[in-house]
Formats: sequence, structure tokens, C-alpha cells
Amino acid sequence: MISPRLYILLLIALMVACFAMAAKLEPQFHEWRGSRADGDIFEITLGEGRALFANEFYVKADEYYHSGYYPSIFDNRENFQTPHIAEDTGAVASKNKGGEEEQGFRMRQLDWIDAFSRHFYPNRHTHLDQGGASGDLKDSGEIREILPWLKLSADLDPHNVQTYVVTGYWLRSRMHKPDEALAFLREGLRNNPDSYEILFELGCLYNEDLHDPGRARNVWELAVQKYLKLSAQDMKDNRLLMEKLGTQLGLLEEKEGNYPRAVYWLQLAKKASLTPESIQSMIDDIQKKMPENARTNSLPALPPQ
Amino acid sequence: MKTIFALSGVVIKELYRRKDFYVLFIITILICLVMASVNVFNDDKIVRYLKEICLLLIWLASLVIAITTTARQIPAEREQRTLLPLLAKPITRAQLIIGKFLGCWFACGLTLFCFYVFFAALAASREHHLPLLNYFQAAALHWVVLGVVVAMTLFGSLVFAAPSSNATIIFVFVAGILTIGRHLHQIALGQPEPAQSIIYAIYLVIPHLEIFDVRDLIVHDWPVVPWFYFGMAVLYALAYIAAFLIAACLVFRRKAVN
Repeated sequence: MISPRLYILLLIALMVACFAMAAKLEPQFHEWRGSRADGDIFEITLGEGRALFANEFYVKADEYYHSGYYPSIFDNRENFQTPHIAEDTGAVASKNKGGEEEQGFRMRQLDWIDAFSRHFYPNRHTHLDQGGASGDLKDSGEIREILPWLKLSADLDPHNVQTYVVTGYWLRSRMHKPDEALAFLREGLRNNPDSYEILFELGCLYNEDLHDPGRARNVWELAVQKYLKLSAQDMKDNRLLMEKLGTQLGLLEEKEGNYPRAVYWLQLAKKASLTPESIQSMIDDIQKKMPENARTNSLPALPPQ
Repeated sequence: MKTIFALSGVVIKELYRRKDFYVLFIITILICLVMASVNVFNDDKIVRYLKEICLLLIWLASLVIAITTTARQIPAEREQRTLLPLLAKPITRAQLIIGKFLGCWFACGLTLFCFYVFFAALAASREHHLPLLNYFQAAALHWVVLGVVVAMTLFGSLVFAAPSSNATIIFVFVAGILTIGRHLHQIALGQPEPAQSIIYAIYLVIPHLEIFDVRDLIVHDWPVVPWFYFGMAVLYALAYIAAFLIAACLVFRRKAVN
């Protein structure tokens, strides 16, 4: 009869062999090109399908922003094209029509079941930063509730620039978390090094929240350089951001007393703007503050747009 | 009534002897605790995503428990040959059906109580307040809708051949109602005749289980549902429960028990 001791010794020997094999193979496995051990879990499990899920979670964040009052695929979405979380940042051109048309995406009540069921789900258009379902403005910190879905969306699709810009905006402006916003925007920039949108948001963070106008200027100027490398069509499609970049740089230079530079940036913003009159009035105001000789000093020619 | 409650007591005992509830409850707790441990921008007050995940798991677990427990009640009695001795006692077939229904429904109520206590504790740990009335409404509506599902499954167990096919069909039916039941009339409007009339008739006839799903109201801190509408919803569900139980009694009256 074989003693149980032998089995235990065999088991220990096998465990030692397993440990030794693991210690030997682990470094080789990590060096192997086909290894997925260091990869992103979403990339491994979902592959390219990640982007689809990322968009779903981005929309989910917007649904949370509306406290659950959101059009389904069966509702009329014609007037509800741009997520409000993005629209309210001002970084995205809105395609929404606004007003009652946008809010009344649900059809009129068709029957008693429809009318009755509307008491059992969110039935009013609200925004979390305006108090949400309670309507209590003290609860505007509730905006934090959109953040998990935005983070998940960014994890799933790190090349969706809008997710970083929107998250950065809400983190810095409403949640007052500039450090977290900075870290998140930097992560976005690492994943999208040519993104002038992220650079713009980063500049806003440096200027408004971290009170570092020097860095803000550098970042915004880099954003302008990236923007000017775009194709003519892309430039046309993203004029809103160029207008904002030029305006922010102009205001920054005005504040610093660099009036000629301020005029230069504002003229650039004016070229991109759909309402150039308002920017022209800003230029006129600055020019009144400038000494006579400074007005005639030549500045570099405006780049083509 | 004594006979009915004795029958239902046996069903409840069966539930706590089986491991389904414990497994689902522990899985729910584990998933929620893992999700709660996720650090989102160093903000420990974020709670709604957690409430949504927890409520989704509660709904899934409760439907699994309700359907699987009910689907095997009468077929199991028949397979184990205990149905005939049971009916040999002074008990009618209708009492058997009602006893089985009440047993499954009360068992679902017990599991829901445990799940909602956990949910309330989890939400309160982050929110630091306890909207008891909202939670009561959500749990009560959930329990009532499980009554409809249990009655429907009991009826199905007398119509369909095997518990597995019954459970599958009921799962698909319930999932269909919960996802598109609310929009069937909109779908009908876009169809040509006679599809429009057929879909609209289905919309009017099916039990609208989705009405009782007030998860969005709970997750997003909406006020309580007006009590009048709450009461009407309970009556609406009770009407469907009665309809399915009567149908089950009628089918079972003519069913061979051996």
C-alpha cells in the first residue's frame, strides 16, 4: 500500500515544478510580441467593437445628465442631435433646435396605457447642473454622476477626443477638481497628440483654474498650430474652436498688456467667426488703448483659413 | 384558506432549502461591492451608477428566482407522483393552484425584502439619506409585477410540455415586454394594415410589466409616484394575476394528473 506521505511529497514536488516553470516562463511571455498580458482588458475582450460600446456609455452619461429623461430609439430624435453634456461645454457646435421641440421628443399621449405609464418614469426635461429631478440648485454637485460613464467611455475608446474635452470641462468648471481634470486631459493628449480640442481645454484649465497664463498661452498657441495644419474642409468644420482659441488668446494678451498681440489673435478669431462684428468691436476697444506708434507696428501676417 | 396557506408554506420551505437564492444574492453583493470599490476621479459620493447596477441585478435575480421556482412546481409534483396523493386529500385543484401561486409569490417577496434591504444599505452608505417611501414603492411594485410573472408561469406550466420550455418562453416574453412593451403602439403606427391593428391589439392585451419598473425614478432621485396611480397600478396587476390564475384553474380542471 502506498503511504499518503508519498502523495503529499509528490504534490509538493509538482507545486515546486509549477512555481519554477512560472518563474522561468513569465519574463519570456512578457517579452513575447504576441503577449496580451499587458494589453487593455477592453481591447482584449472587445477588439474594435469597443468604439460602439464607448458611444453607448457616452450617451448614457448624457442620459444621467437629464436624470433619465431621454429619447429612446422609438422616440422622435430629429430635434435632439447633440448630447447636452457636450453642447453645454460650448466646445461643440450644436445641431439641436432647442425649446419645446427639443424637449417634447415623446409623442403625444396615444391611449390610456400610455398616459398612465408616464407617471412611472422620468417625464420632465431637467439638467443635473441645474438641480436635476429635485430642481434644488444646491444639488448642482450631482453633475458628478455623469463621470463614471464618461470615464468608461474614454477607457473603451481612447481616441474619442470629445469624451476627454467634455469630462475635462465638467471636472474643472463644475466639480472644481482641476488636478483630476489635468491628469485626465493629459491622458487624452497622450492618446491623441494632435488634438487641438484637448489643448484648448487644457489651456482653459491653466488659465481659469490653475491661474497660470504663461502655460495657457503656450498650450493655446500649440493648439492654433495644430489647427492650421488641418485640411481646408476640416478647418471650415471646426471654425468655432478657432474663434474661441483666437478670442481666448486675444483676451489673455490684452490682460497682459500685449495689445498688438491681442489684436493679432482677435483678427484671427474674426476670420473664423460667423459673427465678426462682435469681435471687431473688441478689436476697436483694444486699439483705443494702444499708443499711436504701436498701432502701426507690423505683426506677422494672418495665416490662411 | 388553511389548506392554501399550508401548501404555500411548503413552497416557501422549498425555496430556502434550494441554493438559487443564496447564490444570486451573494453574486449581487460581490458585483456591487467590486463596483463600489472603483475610484472615479477621487469622488466617493458618486452613487447613481452603483444604484443602477444593483437594481438591474436585483431585477434579473428576482425574475430568475420567480420563473424557475414556479415553472417546476406542478411538473415536479407530477414527475415525483405526489400530485395524485395530494389531490386525494380534501383539497380542490383550484386550491392547489392558488396555494402554489401564493407560495411562489410570498417566496419572491422574501427574496425581494433581502435584496432591497441590501440595496438601501448600499445606497445609504454613499448618499447618507434613506428615501424609504421611494424604496417601498419600488419594492412593492416589483413584488406585484412578480405576482403577474408567477401567475403567468404557473399557467404556462400547465400548457407547455416541459419546465425548461415554459421557463424559456416566459423569460423571452417578459424580457420583450420590459424592453419594447412601452413602445409597441409607436411601432404599430409605422406599420401598414393589418399589421398595425394586430400589433396595437397585442399592445392592449399584454400585461404592461414595464410600468412597474421604476428603477429610473429610484436611480435619479425622482419624487414618489402619486399614490393614486400607485394604487391603480397594483389593481391593474391584480387583475392580470386573477386572469392568469383563472385560466390556470380552467386548464388544470381538465388535465390528467397521472
